[in-house]
Amino acid sequence: MFRAAVRLSFSGVRSLTRTQPGCQALLASRCYSHGKQETEEEFDARWVTYFNKSDIDAWELRKGMNTLIGYDLVPEPKIVEAALRACRRLNDLASAIRILEAVKDKAGPHKDIYPYLLQELKPTLEELGIPTPEELGIDKV
Amino acid sequence: MLRLTAGRMGSLMARRATVALTTSSARMASHGHEVSESVDMSKPMYSDRRESPLPDKPYKDVLTPADKSLKEKEKGPWGQLSNEEKLALYRISFCKTYPEMNQKSSEWKSVFGGMFFFLGLTGLLVIWQAAYVSPPLPRTFEPESKAKQLQRMLDMRVNPVEGFGAQWDYEKNQWK
Repeated sequence: MFRAAVRLSFSGVRSLTRTQPGCQALLASRCYSHGKQETEEEFDARWVTYFNKSDIDAWELRKGMNTLIGYDLVPEPKIVEAALRACRRLNDLASAIRILEAVKDKAGPHKDIYPYLLQELKPTLEELGIPTPEELGIDKV
Repeated sequence: MLRLTAGRMGSLMARRATVALTTSSARMASHGHEVSESVDMSKPMYSDRRESPLPDKPYKDVLTPADKSLKEKEKGPWGQLSNEEKLALYRISFCKTYPEMNQKSSEWKSVFGGMFFFLGLTGLLVIWQAAYVSPPLPRTFEPESKAKQLQRMLDMRVNPVEGFGAQWDYEKNQWK
C-alpha cells in the first residue's frame, strides 16, 4: 500500500519500470529482463524473517534498519513490528524510538502513511511500552 | 591513523585520553598542549543522517552512574520507565532527533552575502586598476582614427559579398 503511494509520487522513478514487460515487482528489487522477480509479499516476508531472528545482534539490527531505510519505500507495519521486537530483545529502547522517527521521515510528503503505521503498530507499542516520538515531544524541534 | 580535526563530536572528551596516549603524544611533547581536537576515523563513528537511522556507535560513550542505572532499568519492561527516562535513554544513544537534524539553516544567506561582498570588492579593484594602473589607450581608439579605419576598410572592399562591404551601398555612399 505504501509502495502504491510512492509509485505515484514524483520521486518514484520505479513507476516507469512498471510499463516494461517482466518488471512486475517493485521498488527494492532489481529490474532484470530475465529471472524471477520478487513479489511484495516475498520482500516483506524476507525482512520480517530477518528481524525475527531470535538471537539477532545489535550490528544486524543496525545493518538491517539502515539497509531498509535506504530502499525507496516505507516498510510495512509487520516489518517495523519485527524490528521493534528485535529492539526489545536487545534491550534498546532508543533504537526503537529512532526506528519510528525514521519511518515517519521516509514517508516524506505523504502525511497519511505514518498515522496508518502507528495505528497498525498500536498493540505492539503498548505491549512493549515503546513511546511514539510525539508522546516524548521530540517530533517538534 | 586517520585523523579529522572536528569540533563537535560528542565523544571527543573521551577520545582525547586514548588519542593522546596513542598518536598525538609526539605532538603534545613538542607543543606542551593539544593544538587541535582530532577524531580517530579508523574507529566506528557517530553520525546523524536521515538515511542511516542507527549509527555505528551510540552518541555518549562515557556514561554517568545515573545513565548506567538507567541502562540497567532498560533491560526490564519498558512500561515501567517514565517519559523523561525514555527521553534520557534516547539522548544517550543519539545526539539529534530527526526534526533537529532536518532543520533548515540560514547558512545560504551568509554564503550569498559573502559572495556578493567579494564580487563587489573585486569590482572596485577592477575600477581602480582601470583608472590608475592601465596605460592610456592607443591613438587608434579615438573617433577620428576609427573613422579613417572604417573608410579604409570600405575602400579595400572588406568582405564585399556577405560581410562588411556588403552592408555599404557604394553608389549612394551610405549604409544599406
